[in-house]
This record gives sequence, structure tokens and C-alpha cells, in this order.
Amino acid sequence: MSAVVSMRRVQQSGRMNANNIAIQVRGLGKRYRLGETHEVYRTFRDTLVTLPAWLRHKARERSAANSGAYDPETPPGTFWALRDIDLDIHDGDVLGIVGRNGAGKSTLLKILARITEPTKGRAEIHGRVGSLLEVGTGFHLELSGRENIYLSGAILGMRKAEIRQKFDAIVDFAGVDEFLDTPVKRYSNGMRVRLAFAVAAHLEPEILIVDEVLSVGDAEFQKKCIGKMKDVAGGGRTVLFVSHNMQAVKALCDSGILLEHGRIAQRGPIADVVEAYLARATAVEPGTEIPPNCHRRYPCDLEVFRVDVLNRHGNPAGFVLMEEPFGLQLHCRAHKARPDYAVSIQFRRDDGLVLGTVGTTYVLDRLDMQEGGVYALTARLKNVFSPGQYRLDIRVDAGPENVDFIEGIPLTVAPVTAGDELPHREGVVQLRSEWRLEAEDADAALRGEG
Amino acid sequence: MDHSADDAPREVYVIEPSRGWMHIRWRELWQNRELFGYLVWRDIKIKYKQTLLGAAWAVLVPLCQMAVFTILFQRVANFSSDGLPGPLFYFAGLLPWNYFASSITQASNSMVQNAPMLTKIYFPRLLVPATPCAAAFVDFAIALAMFLVLTFFYGIIPSAAWFLLPVFMVLACASAFGAGSFLAALNVKYRDVRHIIPFLVQIWMFLTVITPYSAVKDALGPWRYVYGLNPMAAVVEGSRWALFRHLNGAELVEGQPVTIAAGPPWDLFVLGTAVTIVMLAVGIYYFKRMERTFADIV
Repeated sequence: MSAVVSMRRVQQSGRMNANNIAIQVRGLGKRYRLGETHEVYRTFRDTLVTLPAWLRHKARERSAANSGAYDPETPPGTFWALRDIDLDIHDGDVLGIVGRNGAGKSTLLKILARITEPTKGRAEIHGRVGSLLEVGTGFHLELSGRENIYLSGAILGMRKAEIRQKFDAIVDFAGVDEFLDTPVKRYSNGMRVRLAFAVAAHLEPEILIVDEVLSVGDAEFQKKCIGKMKDVAGGGRTVLFVSHNMQAVKALCDSGILLEHGRIAQRGPIADVVEAYLARATAVEPGTEIPPNCHRRYPCDLEVFRVDVLNRHGNPAGFVLMEEPFGLQLHCRAHKARPDYAVSIQFRRDDGLVLGTVGTTYVLDRLDMQEGGVYALTARLKNVFSPGQYRLDIRVDAGPENVDFIEGIPLTVAPVTAGDELPHREGVVQLRSEWRLEAEDADAALRGEG
Repeated sequence: MDHSADDAPREVYVIEPSRGWMHIRWRELWQNRELFGYLVWRDIKIKYKQTLLGAAWAVLVPLCQMAVFTILFQRVANFSSDGLPGPLFYFAGLLPWNYFASSITQASNSMVQNAPMLTKIYFPRLLVPATPCAAAFVDFAIALAMFLVLTFFYGIIPSAAWFLLPVFMVLACASAFGAGSFLAALNVKYRDVRHIIPFLVQIWMFLTVITPYSAVKDALGPWRYVYGLNPMAAVVEGSRWALFRHLNGAELVEGQPVTIAAGPPWDLFVLGTAVTIVMLAVGIYYFKRMERTFADIV
């Protein structure tokens, strides 16, 4: 179905001249106050309560300014989520944007989509910007499917005449024609997503933005999104694609940029950029001090300074053996006493596929730490992974505005060499099964009475 | 822009940190008039969805208020109503007031309510607090129809001055939008606003709807200009004047002469308009200033 849509688009507006600039970015930067990216709303009381701290902070700022160690661009308590970005994107470019969590990918997209304003610099966008993260934006559950198509279309930037013209195609694509006058709240989840996607898919933007991190829905829906992007890219449109899935990035994009700490660390053909990303991601070795560039930009009250991989005997090791239980040990220092620190560890493959997540839970294993205390936190795990290279992303939680990520710690699972009783089978995880063979009465089996 | 001949002209957006005192993109607002229409239509449409009485609420609420005010303030407390029958006097005041109260309340909560939209897609943010101010006119129109029935019941024939009612409604709309966008922006940062609004609206109503300006003048003397800083005082008094000025000196129902002034309440009107302009400017300025960070903190 989506192929038909893309054909229509090509016929309607022809191919863009490949030399035209679609997006031009110069010196773009965005500064946040620490914690602002996920700040919860405040009340007047909060402001009053934090006033003394703020005054102390201002005083410290002044003394720092006097001592000359003061960067007027980056006052204390702020950081640049994005800095000095220069970028030229031409019509028909399919640009992949890769980088760690917190490297500034989403901030860049948000600025280009005009959802948030930059602090510095300038960007020029030639053409209508659409994004597949806007799916379902403006839907109102009390309104009918028909009403929601018009409403959502208008919010996405379509003209009334345009919506009317595409109305049948949208309804057809979503397959909801029988329920057009039913309130959307009576729709199944799948129907709602289909209808929402159908509206977004018919926006026919000149520039399409896709942020995989923010996209929702089941595998089917994700596939539809990717398919839609391929159509759009094939139709000569400009696409910006953010993803942790390196295979998808390589498959879809021609060129890319690697963001690191808010700056462009590398740009060029997508293969080189992906390679650079993976090379940088392998910078940490277990058992060594974690270099600062693996942390998110700002310090967290719980500082993890070393990560060890333990073998089945509890000794630090360079790798673990397939099928053997192993351990992960985080050495950390608490800068504040807190009864509810939390840690979680995500296992992923090089291409970004998340294999699983383990973590402490508030109820069962509360991490109660004293100020200044140094702790070793050990997790014991069953090893279900196939031999290969994996990466660990650690998330450290010390309260709502106080989170650290340490990403890309490699974990090597080595094949078992001694004894062949556990053969390594195809797949990401090693499933274990028990088999039993019994003779049975052939007639009973055919009647289904086994 | 240089594109080949077969391309439709493309829109160009420039993204920059906003500078300057107040940066309203009028053209962009105009381009989004259809979207504004849809947002207003949505508000109207969902307002009485799944209610038993539907739009009857737009009549029931002011009727009940009118009854309570007449009994309490006119009958029990003996407050002046400029010689007009209580129901007429209070309903005439409640017409613009209820429009204003509903607009400012909804506008104040509009940004927070639409947060999912604000963090996902761009459109001129000013449309968000403006929407309830437009949608509330529907309730106003319904209540106005009720008011007409009421006047015919009292045997009053409308005069040409009725056509001045829209002038005062423009004032009500502008002040509701000004204050509403200020409070909407403040609400994004401080959710206290949510709790202040009902209280604020209630106090404001008692200051505005209960007594005629003639009584205020008598009681406050020169201090009446402080009272006049409330732009809704001008709107309510002005509406009553427009609706009833032709009855000046006439004796209605209770045999009391109607003492409503023959000339419009100029002092109130001038003061109210000035304050409204200030409110509008401050409200939009603060809103535009906060607009930069809405998506980051909402």
C-alpha cells in the first residue's frame, strides 16, 4: 500500500533538484540548565525553598568570574546539549545521525522541527518538515475518526482542501471506513495507531524527520515506519534519521554525522561514520577506570568509577564463558547519603538491538548508601548469550534530575572449548531445552488423544 | 531561493534564537487560521460531549447564579441594582462575566493540557490560549438568546445601543486573552496557577458583577479609579449601560425609577481599555518570552 502512496507523491511534485539546499545549519547551539531536560514542573514553594541555594550559587559564580576561571558562554549549572553545529543537507539526502544517549541527537531534531529554540546560531529550512514522531498528535478520543482526520491533518500542517482531497486515501490506508463516525475512544489500539499513521503518512513533507528513540508501537508498526521512510527516501525527499540500530542506519542512509557531547565528531559517508561510532563505543575496557567521555555530561551523586566483569569464581576476567554464570561489579562512590539509589544495566548488540536489561528494584534491593562511602555493587547473572561481543549501558539513578549513563562497556562471551556437550546454536540467546522420546500408539496419536 | 521551474515554491523557515522586544509573526498566525478554526471547533465539539444536558448548561449556570444573586444581594442585603429588576440586572452582568471567566480559566490551563502536542510539533503557540477565548463565544451566544427571552418577559424592547455590546465584548475578549496567555505561560513553570485560578475568578466576580458603578462611586469617591483598574468593571458596567440606557427614568416592575446613566461610563471605559492594552502587551510579551522553553519544561 505504501508503494502506491509514494508513487502518487512523485507524480504530484516531480523530483527535487538535487543541488538545492534543504537544510542549512550554522553555528547552532542549545544550552540547558542542568537537569532542565527532564525537569519536573515547579511550584512557587520550590522556588522559595531553593532560593538560598540559588543565592549561594550566584555568589560562587561571581567569585569564579573574578578568579578568571569563568566561561561566560557556559555559566556554572549549565551545559551545551548541542554546540557549534554546521551542516548542509541537500534535497534528496538521507542523513543518519548517530551518537550515544545525550549526545544531542534529539535536541538537534527538536530544534530543526521548531519544537524548541536554539540558544545560538541559525538554521534555514527549505520546505515543509514532517515527522513520524508526530503520529497521533492532536487526536481527541471523544471525536470521531472523520473529525480526527481533519483535526490531526490541520495540526500537522495540511490545508483543509488538501485533507479533503486525500481523505479517501487516508481512510483506505487505515482501513477504518466502517468506523468513521465512531468516537476514536471506541477504537482498538491498533486501529488508532493505523489511523494516526495514515494521516501522518499523507502529509507528504519535503523533509522527513524520524527519531527511532521516540517512536512507539509494535514490530509491525515499526516496520511500516521504516517502509515509509524507504519510500520517502526513494522518492527523492530529504530524510533525517536518528537511530541506535546501525544496520538500519547503514541500509537507509547515504551519509551521516556522529554527534559527541553536542558536537559533530565525524561526518561523511555513512559507513565511515558508523565505523567511527562503533570504534568510539569500544573505548572502555572492563577493569579500568572509566574515562570521562563515557559519562553523560554532568556529574551524578553516585559516581561509578570502575566496572569489572567477574567469572564464575567471582574473579575479575576479560571475558566470560558461554553458559557459565558471571558477575558484574560496579565500584562506586556516593557523594550524598541516599536510601534509594538505583542502577540498571542494558545488554545490547553492536547494531543496537537490546537483548535485555537487569537492574535493582526499589523494593527488593534498595541501595542505601552513606555520604562519601565507596561501595562495590555486584550482580550475578545467568549467561544465556551466544558467543560474541556485546555492550553494556549502565544507567545510574540518584533522583529525578540526577542521572548518569555509562555506555559501551564491552562484554565478550567466549565459546566453550572444553567438551562439546553444549553446542553453540544459531541465535542471539542460547535456549536450553530438554527432549524426551517415547513410543506411542499410532491410532491414538492420529485421533489427537496423545 | 533557486528551484527549478516545475517545483512549487517552497516555504523557507529560519530558525534562530528569538531576539527583540516582542516578536509576533503575524503572517504565520494568518497562515494558520484554518488550524485555529479546527482548534476552536474541537473545543466547542468536546465541551458538551457525554453530558446529559449538553448546551443547556450554558443557560442553566447563569440562570442559577442570577436567582441566587437576586435573592441574596437584592432581596436580603438590599444592594442597589440601579432600579432594574434583579434578574435583569444580574443576568446582564453575568453575560460578559461568564464569557470572561470561562475564557481565562480555560486559557490558563490550555498550555499544560496541550503539552503532548507542544512537545511534538510546531505551530504558533499563541493559538493555544486564544482558542478557548474564541470557543467561549458559543456559550455567550446561547446565554444571550436566553437574555433576550428574559427581556421580552419583562416587556423591554431592545434599543439601538444594543449594537454597542460587541465593543465591550471585544474588550472582554482582549483582557481574557492577555491575562490568559500570561497565566498559561506561568502555569507551565509553576503549577500553582491551577490552584489560584478558581479563587481569583471568584473574587474577581464579586468585585465586578454585584454592585452597579453608581453605588461604587458613592462609596469610594476618588478611589473609584482604583476600582476602575479592573477592565471587567468597564465591560460589565458598559454592557448594562448599552442594554438598559434607554430605560433611564422609566419605572419598571417594582415602581422604582431606573437610574442607569444616560451616557456611557466614560471614565471606566477609558481606564479599562488602557489596562486591557497593558494586560495584552504584558501577557503576550511574557508568553513569547516563555515560548522558547515551553517544550523543555512543560
